[in-house]
Amino acid sequence: MRRAVLIAVPYLWLLALFLVPFIIVLKISLSDIALARPPYAPQLDLNEGWAGIRAFFAGLDFENFTFLTTDDLYWKAYLSSVRIAAVATLCTLLVGYPIAYGMARAPHEWRPTLLMLVILPFWTSFLIRVYSWIGILSTEGVLNQFLMGIGLIGEPLTILNTNTAVYIGIVYTYLPFMILPIYSALEKMDESLLEAAEDLGSSRLAAFWLVTIPLSRNGIVAGCFLVFIPSIGEFVIPSLLGGSDTLMIGKVLWEEFFSNRDWPVASAVAVVLLLILIIPIVLFQRSEEKAREAGR
Amino acid sequence: MAESVFAPWNDPEAKPLIQFKGVTKRFGDFTAIDDLTQNIYEREFFALLGPSGCGKTTLMRMLAGFEEPTEGQILLNGVDIGHVPPNKRAVNMMFQSYALFPHLSVYDNIAFGLRREKKPKDEIHARVKEMLRLTRLDRFAQRKPHQISGGQRQRVALARSLAKAPKLLLLDEPLGALDKKLREETQFELMDIQEKTGTTFIIVTHDQEEAMTVASRVAVMDEGRIVQVATPDVIYEAPNSVYVADFIGDVNLIRGTARARPTDTPPETVAKPEPEPKPAPAPRETASAPAPERAAPQPNTLGRALHDKLLSPIFGKWLEDEPRRLPPPTAPEAPRAAAPETTAPSPQPQDIPPGGLEIDWSEGQAAIIAANGDPALDGEKVVLALRPEKLGIAKTRPQAPNTLKGKVIDIAYLGNISTYHVEIEGGVMVKAQAANTRRIARRDITWEDEVWLSFTATAGVVLKDE
Amino acid sequence: MRRFSWFNATSLTLGFAFLYLPMILLVVYSFNESRLVTVWAGFSTKWYGELLQNEEFLDAAWVTLKVAFFSSTIATVLGTMAAYVMIRAGRFPGRTLFSGMIYAPLVMPEVITGLSLLLLFIGIGLDRGVLTVVLAHTTFSMCYVSVVVSSRLSTFDQALEEAALDLGASPFESFTLITLPIIAPAVISGWLLAFTLSLDDLVIASFTTGPGATTLPIKVFSAVRLGVSPEINALSTLLISIVTVGVITASLVSKRAAVQRRREEQAAQRTA
Repeated sequence: MRRAVLIAVPYLWLLALFLVPFIIVLKISLSDIALARPPYAPQLDLNEGWAGIRAFFAGLDFENFTFLTTDDLYWKAYLSSVRIAAVATLCTLLVGYPIAYGMARAPHEWRPTLLMLVILPFWTSFLIRVYSWIGILSTEGVLNQFLMGIGLIGEPLTILNTNTAVYIGIVYTYLPFMILPIYSALEKMDESLLEAAEDLGSSRLAAFWLVTIPLSRNGIVAGCFLVFIPSIGEFVIPSLLGGSDTLMIGKVLWEEFFSNRDWPVASAVAVVLLLILIIPIVLFQRSEEKAREAGR
Repeated sequence: MAESVFAPWNDPEAKPLIQFKGVTKRFGDFTAIDDLTQNIYEREFFALLGPSGCGKTTLMRMLAGFEEPTEGQILLNGVDIGHVPPNKRAVNMMFQSYALFPHLSVYDNIAFGLRREKKPKDEIHARVKEMLRLTRLDRFAQRKPHQISGGQRQRVALARSLAKAPKLLLLDEPLGALDKKLREETQFELMDIQEKTGTTFIIVTHDQEEAMTVASRVAVMDEGRIVQVATPDVIYEAPNSVYVADFIGDVNLIRGTARARPTDTPPETVAKPEPEPKPAPAPRETASAPAPERAAPQPNTLGRALHDKLLSPIFGKWLEDEPRRLPPPTAPEAPRAAAPETTAPSPQPQDIPPGGLEIDWSEGQAAIIAANGDPALDGEKVVLALRPEKLGIAKTRPQAPNTLKGKVIDIAYLGNISTYHVEIEGGVMVKAQAANTRRIARRDITWEDEVWLSFTATAGVVLKDE
Repeated sequence: MRRFSWFNATSLTLGFAFLYLPMILLVVYSFNESRLVTVWAGFSTKWYGELLQNEEFLDAAWVTLKVAFFSSTIATVLGTMAAYVMIRAGRFPGRTLFSGMIYAPLVMPEVITGLSLLLLFIGIGLDRGVLTVVLAHTTFSMCYVSVVVSSRLSTFDQALEEAALDLGASPFESFTLITLPIIAPAVISGWLLAFTLSLDDLVIASFTTGPGATTLPIKVFSAVRLGVSPEINALSTLLISIVTVGVITASLVSKRAAVQRRREEQAAQRTA
């Protein structure tokens, strides 16, 4: 009895506030835009009984999805989101790996402090961390002033409101997600393995490639997924740091909903975004399961 | 019937505390306990012994109430408790991991169960104090579990589970986490506390030495069944199957075909000195010849078991071998050089009791005489289970009912005793143990030596081959 | 004695410089006299004064704290229940769906979560305001809480609960007297995480909020869309300081507790 209550409370909450809303999104994505409140049709009218239900289902179609494929904007936005997320993930890996490596090879008494330093930004407001780059990257920002000050450039660089700024924003905000799994993989590694590799005649670099990298693979894979998946649907970073030509699907959805007030298309965009995300999510889950089995 | 010996299982009047009646427990397709029926009596120290996965833990968890039997009944004082939840039965358990509540002090851990009964405060306090004294933990009452040592934690767990004065205390591998020395000390403590409190203890263990030391009766389990239940000495001296013989202690198994020997005297006299291999009816179990004879100083069965298991290997086989009245070990025929190793007395050939079996174990070898074998096994495939300490080893052939010639392959020096691995003719490996009464330099049996192994006509147990 | 190698020291210095310089610059410029970000016109705390007199910001901060407090508290209760169900309740019909619903919000883009909740609230005719934001935040942060708590529960020795039952505690007593005190650190972490997530959230709040329930991130977002603002710098500095003090205190406290514990354990072994 108690067990049933214990299960039912969180279960019903999630059903009502997670699953049902999503079904509504699915339904509205099959509806048509209408000049009404709420601004879509058909509406389910239960007063008309069966006929109403039948009329409701007859009114649903895949028009919005067809629309998404015909209008360049959408599929370009999907493609560009995936590309930006992928490039940014790669950059995060390149920045994060040396840091994680340095932490894992740091003296023991330093490690908790270093770890805390990585975790601290995670507790700091995401919005503020993105915002902090506006002052740095703008034309008259700190970076340009610095570069011109040391005479490296004569003209200020335009970085803010470009894709570059978006990359920087993603790398900066998601860096802890990359560092932490790699660090934990590297920290578990037995360092005598490297000594064994060198003892068997491989150079330091070769030992790194042949031993360290493969052994931190699980951390790398986990870190990449942890950065890639949330980056695709990112809204704050492209809207604060990106330019008008920065196409990311989260921003498109936002604008479709708030500016164009086209709820059915916004819903269709959301459904397709989720379908795209399912691939990396399933892959991530698989690799985690495999890693866990191997770890046993 | 001997009243002085604690053996309620032999008393048809005794009312069992715990009765398993046809209990079966299945987890999906897997049968953990298979139609088990068993009585356990008040004040018993009952050990469930077996390899992991044999069902002993499931049996215990059913007693505690964490599992419900799929079929059958579990009675406590005649009342079915099979489906009573764990917090409503007068059974307490000491967990393998101790399961001490890490956020509560030793005192609060012990008081936990009493407080759940809503007893008056001063009563709880008095009882906790008593438990602290019993387990010698007075000084640690206010410590948290992580602030005390492993041995102390073990005692806290014991005190906590005894605080409510349960009718039955379950101990799940209670000493597994302690190192060997501490474990041996604690075994005595456990026995002491069990005697003081008069509680019925059921202990689950995979450590046969532990089971033999503490228990009044040992149940050897395999694949959800109890294979044999008996006092430790009977389990050791008269296993009822190859499984039990092999599981308990070291044993040589010699396979062969049985042949009945001529009987001059009625077979009863033969059967008497050694118990039957089958779970014997009551009188014979307690009367199992060697036990009272050994005049061990221990006052009860537990002590005797302890003696059997711990002391006898230390002293070698004199204590075990039954013809003690015979002439001293150095038989006139045995050359002096071999004497130190020939710790086994060599019984005279004429001492071989009539009846029993002969076992043809290898072509071209003399049959082994097993005067205590059951003639009913005539013609059957049998296994002779022979404890290594019951074998004598010498460089020349001693006078003995059974002698085997072989070559020393390996010697394991264990300090107090040495185990010789001897390959006898026919390629069978046999282990023989001898006490190291002399210093190494004085012993002359070494690797590759030709040796003679000898044993009496009643040293082994004849079991049906499985 | 281990040392930093030259390479590791460099990569750590550069890495942490990258992580911390932007925030340090924010802090520094929050004390800039000039409104222009780029020109240092002398030290001043006037932006803090202006921030604290800005009614809109103060209102938004109050709303945000309220939302964060209620949503994280409900989320902690629900998330702990969900974690307990996942780890302890064994099999029940719909378990797969349940675990899917627990983990999905963790990877769901915020825009989708926000959109779907908004459509639900419109569909059932719930007026948007503090309540809807609390509901929305509770839903996604309970999933984080349940992840934190269930990872603690999965390493929890179940024998402790069995021991409590064995000693006569009811299942409820066994949870409140034994399980909860032991997993308390995880539950508190879960609450802190939920609180931070709620304080931080812009996207879901933007979708689900209504008149009179503007949260601080929404306010900040609309202010910085137009560029750098010194009041926001001052606000950021305040938030960063609170988090920094909090995190450092927490790690010092937990480190001291760990050291203390190790010392006691060693002492216990010695006296044994």
